[in-house]
Amino acid sequence: MSPTLAGLLQAGLLIAALAAVHRPLGDYLARVFSTPEHTRAETALYRLVRVDPDAEQRWGTYAQGVLGFSFVSVVLLYLLQRLQPLLPFDFGRGAVPPGMAFNNAASFVSNTNWQSYVPEVVMGHAVQMVGLTVQNFVSAAVGLAVAMALVRGFIRSRTDRLGNFWVDLVRGTLRVLLPMAFVSAVALLALGVVMSLRSGVTVVGPDGVSHTIALAPAASQEAIKMLGTNGGGIFNANSAHPFENPNSWTNLLEIFLLMAIPVSLTRAFGTLVGNRRQGYVLLSVMGVLWAGMLGVIWWAEAHGLRPLEGKETRFGVAGSALFADSTTGTSTGAVNSMHDSFSGLGGGGTLLNMLFGEMTPGGVGTGLYSILVMAVIAMFLAGLMVGRTPEYLGKKLGKREVTAAAVSILAMPTVLLLGAGIALVLPGEVDKALNNPGAHGLSEVLYAYASASNNNGSAFAGITVTSDWFQSSLGVCMLLGRFIPIVAVLALAGSLAAQRKVPESAGTLPTTGPLFATLLGGSVVLVAALTFIPALALGPIAEALL
Amino acid sequence: MNNLVKQSLAGLRVLLVLTVVTGVLYPLAVWGVGRIPGLEANAEGSVITRNGQAVGSSLIGVDPVAADPANDPWFHNRPSALAKDPLGPGDPSSSLGSNKSAVNSDYDAVVAERRTLVARREGVAPDQVPSDAVTASASGLDPQISPAYAELQVARVARVTGLPVDRVRALVAEHTTGRGLGVLGDPAVDVLELNLAVQAAG
Repeated sequence: MSPTLAGLLQAGLLIAALAAVHRPLGDYLARVFSTPEHTRAETALYRLVRVDPDAEQRWGTYAQGVLGFSFVSVVLLYLLQRLQPLLPFDFGRGAVPPGMAFNNAASFVSNTNWQSYVPEVVMGHAVQMVGLTVQNFVSAAVGLAVAMALVRGFIRSRTDRLGNFWVDLVRGTLRVLLPMAFVSAVALLALGVVMSLRSGVTVVGPDGVSHTIALAPAASQEAIKMLGTNGGGIFNANSAHPFENPNSWTNLLEIFLLMAIPVSLTRAFGTLVGNRRQGYVLLSVMGVLWAGMLGVIWWAEAHGLRPLEGKETRFGVAGSALFADSTTGTSTGAVNSMHDSFSGLGGGGTLLNMLFGEMTPGGVGTGLYSILVMAVIAMFLAGLMVGRTPEYLGKKLGKREVTAAAVSILAMPTVLLLGAGIALVLPGEVDKALNNPGAHGLSEVLYAYASASNNNGSAFAGITVTSDWFQSSLGVCMLLGRFIPIVAVLALAGSLAAQRKVPESAGTLPTTGPLFATLLGGSVVLVAALTFIPALALGPIAEALL
Repeated sequence: MNNLVKQSLAGLRVLLVLTVVTGVLYPLAVWGVGRIPGLEANAEGSVITRNGQAVGSSLIGVDPVAADPANDPWFHNRPSALAKDPLGPGDPSSSLGSNKSAVNSDYDAVVAERRTLVARREGVAPDQVPSDAVTASASGLDPQISPAYAELQVARVARVTGLPVDRVRALVAEHTTGRGLGVLGDPAVDVLELNLAVQAAG
């Protein structure tokens, strides 16, 4: 079979698997976040932590819950890393330096999972499990919670209540992520992923040379790393490492896991708003952009100067392109190939995927709320064109709603371009950091700030980001890129929930058809293009034309 | 009490409970599953043992070093960004790609040097060297090579080990993994397992 046909069938298998799962998983997600029933374990948990699960919150309290929870998460994760020598399984790796510890804490709490550290050298198993794995779960659950709060804003009327953050957080973790992660971890283990508490194993090769091979408790973390669209590897080479991703089966499984929840959430959304076609239209926009970018990246990589540089033999170009498109189209940022070694167009494609704002299909929860915010913007633009007050899902989009949506959309480009711009003019910083000369060097800086501000976490990893400037500025970009949109989204949800539903009229633009899909997809591309073409022209576009 | 402080304290309590569940119980449960016979070998790194000695992992590629480069009996792995020399062995205590871009003249020179070295070792023209033989893998630990690169090395390995060419070629075929389900990934040859098989046959 030709590699192209095999690659197409491989992508087809992925799509078929996602199509099979999105209905049951989407309906399950809708049930989890709408049922008033608590399980016995949850009731016990709420009693233990002294939270009233039946007290619904206003948007402000909900947002304070998100911020407070994330704040203590950053502090605890920072302390765990700084106190590593006191923990078991530290293998003498010592305390993580302060700048790196802050960056990692910001990174894992914001669901970015950027790696400025070499895990095999820096991070012991205790911090990996008790610190990083925990944030892999709960940062994804926070994303889910915020998405559900926004959905409630659309379906409720004349209320100031959006649900209870603690209930959403606990249900997302215990009912959705934990069981799915456990099953996935066992499957990965059975397919060859390691799960060892040892630091390594010493071998003497057939040539008589002795080596130590690093080991880690990978399977448990790999599962939630993909499922929660996190992306931080337990090994430096991430999902390219044969112990994290040993064969073409695990490769497909891992791509499936990172797409499963974001894709299914569109079904959950359709179910919750009472019109499944509202969900399908979002899914179609996500799917078309994902597939289009896959075509670009795959073609570019197959025709690059060195197609196999930074790629593993077992995945090949097709398996690497499929992973690269999916990991940057969601906010995962795991890699099974080194994007830094991609061709100008292929690497530019992964960068553009992030610049779309991570909604094709986006991260767990973040993808859904990002595209809903973009839908608000799209309807606002449509309203301007026809001179009517825009509405979406029966809610008027007035000044408050559009302002909140605009703040949410503009936060990422603002922190990204400011961060990258300052880095470029700071004397000496960039010169020390770059791994490649010329236009690609600029792409490395742009990619770093795009990855941080979009909470993706992948990298043009040749860049050295261990200086205090990069560690702190990228950490700040991650936090602002995460929490400004979240607060804006919750404000939007609050103001939508307070409104009465307006009945559909002859003048209502239907939001289930191809016209709306085109408008929405066009808005995603247009916003990214208007914001980033100047920067892209100097980096990947220049490189692709060289 | 300030509401944000109150929410943060509630957050701390929730975080601690979820840490016990997802950061302690969950990984230990998966680790426990990894103790089941049949899964334990996977969990501990798919280590291959010969005569009681661990000789490597079937999942980890570390390029073997020939005692006499003029009589090199080994099939070789892909270049590794972890190696000091252009073709030297990587160090599996870490993992790394080169992250060199396609527009990088310094790296063009490294690739050209690898091509010359491989061509000389195999006694072929430089343009016959397949691209995976001169490019660094993503992990620096790629356990496999393309069937084309394995085929390129068959004649030399047969000559040095004294095995018939057809026998070596059959061993390559035995250690070639096709695409999963016929469509997933690319065909690849596991170098360590192949070298052990050649060693056992010789």
